[in-house]
Amino acid sequence: MNIMIVGVGGQGTLLASRIIGAAAINLGGDVKLSEVHGMSQRGGSVVTYVRYGESVASPIIEEGEADVILAFEQLEAYRYISYLKEGGSYIVNTQKTDPMPVITGAMEYPADILAKMEGMGIRVTACDALSLAKEAGNIKATNVVLIGVMAKHTNISKEEWEEAIRQTVPAKFLEVNLAAFRLGYEA
Amino acid sequence: MKKLMLGNEAVARGAFEAGVTVASSYPGTPSTEITEFIAKYDEIYSEWAPNEKVAVETAIGASTAGGRALSAMKHVGLNVAADPLFTVSYIGTNGGLVLVVADDPGMHSSQNEQDSRHYAIGAKVPMLEPSDSAECKEFTKKAFEISEEFDTPVILRLTTRVAHSQSLVDLEDRQEVGVREYKKDIAKNVMIPANARPKHVMVEERTKKLAAFGETSDLNRVEMRDTKIGIIAAGISYQYAREACPTASILKLGMIHPMPEQRIRDFASKVDTLYVVEQLDPVIETYVRGLGISVIGKEKFTLLGEYSAQMLRETILGEKAKETKKAEEIIPVRPPVMCPGCSHRGVFYVLKKLGLTVTGDIGCYSLGCAKPLEAIDTIVCMGGSITAAHGMEKARGKDFARKTVAVLGDSTFIHSGITGLIDVVYNKGTTTTIILDNSITGMTGHQQNPSTGFTIKNEPTRNVDLEMLCHAVGVDRVVIADPFDVDNFEKVVKEGIAAEEPSVIIAQRPCALIKKAGYTGLYVINDKCKNCKLCMKLGCPAISLTEKGPKIDETLCVGCGLCPNVCKFGAIERVEK
Repeated sequence: MNIMIVGVGGQGTLLASRIIGAAAINLGGDVKLSEVHGMSQRGGSVVTYVRYGESVASPIIEEGEADVILAFEQLEAYRYISYLKEGGSYIVNTQKTDPMPVITGAMEYPADILAKMEGMGIRVTACDALSLAKEAGNIKATNVVLIGVMAKHTNISKEEWEEAIRQTVPAKFLEVNLAAFRLGYEA
Repeated sequence: MKKLMLGNEAVARGAFEAGVTVASSYPGTPSTEITEFIAKYDEIYSEWAPNEKVAVETAIGASTAGGRALSAMKHVGLNVAADPLFTVSYIGTNGGLVLVVADDPGMHSSQNEQDSRHYAIGAKVPMLEPSDSAECKEFTKKAFEISEEFDTPVILRLTTRVAHSQSLVDLEDRQEVGVREYKKDIAKNVMIPANARPKHVMVEERTKKLAAFGETSDLNRVEMRDTKIGIIAAGISYQYAREACPTASILKLGMIHPMPEQRIRDFASKVDTLYVVEQLDPVIETYVRGLGISVIGKEKFTLLGEYSAQMLRETILGEKAKETKKAEEIIPVRPPVMCPGCSHRGVFYVLKKLGLTVTGDIGCYSLGCAKPLEAIDTIVCMGGSITAAHGMEKARGKDFARKTVAVLGDSTFIHSGITGLIDVVYNKGTTTTIILDNSITGMTGHQQNPSTGFTIKNEPTRNVDLEMLCHAVGVDRVVIADPFDVDNFEKVVKEGIAAEEPSVIIAQRPCALIKKAGYTGLYVINDKCKNCKLCMKLGCPAISLTEKGPKIDETLCVGCGLCPNVCKFGAIERVEK
């Protein structure tokens, strides 16, 4: 199973990858997870790869290999469409964050991204995760809302996902994150 | 117990289990977390040193005194520490000594793509290269054993994809090796020419012994499968080879210097076509060719950037890449930017406004070179800003210094900027230096440093007073200013560059990502906005232009209060979150 998480540095993609990693390790097989720290975290485009199964060699997911892509932002979703496997699922947070070329007016933010992706035959599940995170009590839980949306597209049960969240999230934020997960799961 | 661990965390675990006594490092992506994780073990004394040379020398001292010692750094950090490395190779060790160096193929967070394997060959020390987190732990422990058995420092080489990937690791207990006896031994530890000459003989003999060790050690391993294709690989390239060519035979090298000649000959003789798969330079390939063995290497594989399994499938197996979906329009890039609330933004806004030549340095403020600020002219290496400005003045004269400033962070100033400032003072330069004092080492993820007043374990300590330090080296003009008070900061910069003497401006404001910044609330644009777009010149990711004019994104704004200071119409007001 190959899961990619794409987003903007600072959106909490690293915590999301840790939860997925914890859920995968509980399955008992091999797990590899790759992320990049440092400069790209400063508001840049960030990618995390999670691979699990009987035996995993490379920690990297390449073009056409992702079973699921979890996108924290629309433009980042659009950027990585070539990574999705034929028939894979795309979970997209509807949030938009302008990148610097758009802010400076050098380029425009592409219009109707979700419709264009669907037009290419990509199975897109869109979700306003920010609003659901607000409903759960903390906008920082946007990442866990998205895990909830994604959960149904994996071979890991709801209970196993909740267990992974318990193992990963600090106790004082557990309730809000579990609420966020459930809102995402039921969305 | 199996645990999912970052490669860097696994190196730290290996150090813990190997009974390490002392760890001293300077942060640098992708190596930083090694020492951060070591700091969580109270059994190991750990510290952030001012730079990599200091860190390695401290580790050498600890080793000489009998403790197992480790120093971790990024590839360019090993350049800084190269001086002690080349001589401690002659001295050898008492307690085991391991240097961990993390290369960054693809330059995710670096200014060059150097291949640190050349250092192992140059300094004549053994180098191990793990390919996943389990090996990161295992090889760290082996490195200490080799270090003590062969009386040599050992380099453990990582690359970004090993350092920053997580995989499963079996945890074991710490081996309490204690601290070995220390005896004064001038012939071994004092490297004057008379002592160093016989030590060089020892070094050459040691390399032969290590090569013999590599012939039988399980650090190197042969995986015989189909013999049509044979691949020699180490580190992450081994994982890509296994992914791409699961039926090929592989000679996996765990010790990449010195290399096992006989094992390579045997392996080569058993396969029809031999490939060497290695990122960056042809280090293994050159060695194999030197044995007179025919091999396919860099004529098929690039010297640049990172490899992938797909690249190997195409090159070795002739498999074409899968057809994938592509957008039919150009997707705007999203380069890294200074964070919302970044304390450096006010500085670069003023420098750009004044149209100055700016010599830059290594840190988050490197991003001051990006649009829309584009305020930086040069970046070379850690501490290279003040000296670049000084050299410019000496080439072009004092008038050029009237429109030039050097900028560098607090940690970078301590690392190696201070020596440049001494050069300016001593050699009658008139450079203006701006120290961006944000109270933390930012880019690598918020490490303490000698100017912050806290140790790696967040214990309070005596801090270096930057103002007094500048005075002490002979700078009379030292001004402390808040870069978010943009009008005053502009005045201070103008005065600094006008002065025909060295001047230092300490731009003081904490990094927006640390607690000390204490920002609350957020800012919104009200109907007084005349759409003059001056706030857009800040390059703040939280402010973007809509059809109705600039708008502040509530999810990104941290409430730092810089934009209201540049607005001429009072159109940006604070609200509570």
